[in-house]
Amino acid sequence: MANNRIAILAALSVLSVIAFLTIGLRGNIGFVLELRAIKLVALLQVGVSIAVSTVIFQTVTGNRIVTPSIMGLDALYLFGQMALVFALGGLGYSALNPQIKFAGEVLVLMALACALLLPMLRSRLDMGLMLLAGVVFGVLFRSLHSLLARLIDPNEFAVVQGASFANFNAVRTDLLAFASVLTVAALILAWRARHVLDVVSLGSDTATGLGITWSRTVAGLLVLVSALVAVSTALVGPVAFFGLLVVALAERIVNTRRHAVLLPAAALTGIVILVGGQTLFQHWLGSSSTLGVVIEFFGGIAFLLLLLMRSRT
Amino acid sequence: MIRIENVSLSHQATPILHNISLTIPKGGVTALVGPNGAGKSSLLSLVARLQPLQTGAISIDGLPVDTTSNRTLAKIAAILRQDSVVASRLRVRELVGFGRFPHNRGRLNETDRAIIEQSLDQFDLADLAGRFVDTLSGGQRQRALVAMAFCQGTDYLLLDEPLNNLDMYYARDLMRSLRQVADENGKTVVIVLHDINMAGAYADRIVAMKGGRVIADGAPTEMLTTPVLQDVFGFAMQVATINGKPIVLHHL
Repeated sequence: MANNRIAILAALSVLSVIAFLTIGLRGNIGFVLELRAIKLVALLQVGVSIAVSTVIFQTVTGNRIVTPSIMGLDALYLFGQMALVFALGGLGYSALNPQIKFAGEVLVLMALACALLLPMLRSRLDMGLMLLAGVVFGVLFRSLHSLLARLIDPNEFAVVQGASFANFNAVRTDLLAFASVLTVAALILAWRARHVLDVVSLGSDTATGLGITWSRTVAGLLVLVSALVAVSTALVGPVAFFGLLVVALAERIVNTRRHAVLLPAAALTGIVILVGGQTLFQHWLGSSSTLGVVIEFFGGIAFLLLLLMRSRT
Repeated sequence: MIRIENVSLSHQATPILHNISLTIPKGGVTALVGPNGAGKSSLLSLVARLQPLQTGAISIDGLPVDTTSNRTLAKIAAILRQDSVVASRLRVRELVGFGRFPHNRGRLNETDRAIIEQSLDQFDLADLAGRFVDTLSGGQRQRALVAMAFCQGTDYLLLDEPLNNLDMYYARDLMRSLRQVADENGKTVVIVLHDINMAGAYADRIVAMKGGRVIADGAPTEMLTTPVLQDVFGFAMQVATINGKPIVLHHL
């Protein structure tokens, strides 16, 4: 049954991709297709990496309401970026090869995420504490980000400001090649870890009893999540509730938490919502820049619903 | 053989275990008994490497638990903790199947499937195999967790209060199963029990702990006597003899 549903999701994703590429095609077809293809690759990566990173993060935290962005990981990424601008200066930062910059930002995020979150994940916190910690972390990183923003000079600020808002229309295509390599590598690792993830979802004691070295495994998964968060945040900026919406939907669709099924289901759901939504907004609903807002709106509602359902049981 | 040598443990300056040395030979059922806070669960979780060892040494079949790889140990000793939480959206058969993870890293083969079905049968879970674990009652879930530990196929089974939430029928059933695997398959079972009569009826040896120390240790007939039990639990209880076996009337 789950396999049928994944097949349906896959068909829907292919449909959205075809619609995205071909609807309203006119003029210089080769040129338009190339332009759309580049954007499509970016959207696919963002959808898949947010979905997969959210699944992994929820499994590691044992909590279906947190996502990497609710825990402030994307804010941490922006903070790392700002710190790099601060350290190198705006000119030095702009002069750097974007690929190298991105690599540096990814490494900074991985290091910070491990340093801050690993002590919390050694033993599992309950949901309330985890959410609270997430809110505090998010506020902390955003405040540090704006503190640095005040300290650096306005020209340098302009360099980073562009990256701080989610925008599905203006994707950073210069990072695409490098980000693709990173995404594909992370996805392969995530897929290979699918059975380990199933065991990790049982909690640290049971997983240890089944032969998992907890802290090393969790650190590895956190690095994986950091890489995926860095990809999506670098390409389109921070999106708070998209991951939550996608994973909650995917879990309802396939009705299992087994990662061999849930990982592809979440990735495909991400593609359908992002690419399909973008097509819809681009061609029928006028302005496409509002897709981000709509996704956040429904994601926020999904978050509230999950909270309500939890508190009732 | 499980060898525990000079193990002490403290938690934020509060001592929990004092210099414990204990040897549990291979085979048979050993029950750990004692009042709340005696350190039974802590000792068991140290043996099962769920907590890092602070001082002393523990080895299972000659393998020190602090330096041997976790994967190797998971094929030798299985642990069932009290109050294990279970992730939702998981079916009973899937949960029990996790017991095979140390052997197959998640890829089930025919042997694994056969062992899973056998464990489901042994714990009367065949009818529940397709149910989601979060729809089960506490006792049913407990049986599923025990079945998962069985499925791990290890020589040593470490069980922390497995009778929690079980009704009389299944408590007896579980103890008989444990006795059976110890006698027929030569497994070593170490079990934390609160029901002293269960320990008396099914264990080969009872180890009594109190205040982080082992204060008495012996066969059930030596242990189930009024003076020993008063030392351990702090009140005098009558011990009757029925069919030549000591029965503790601790509830009177």
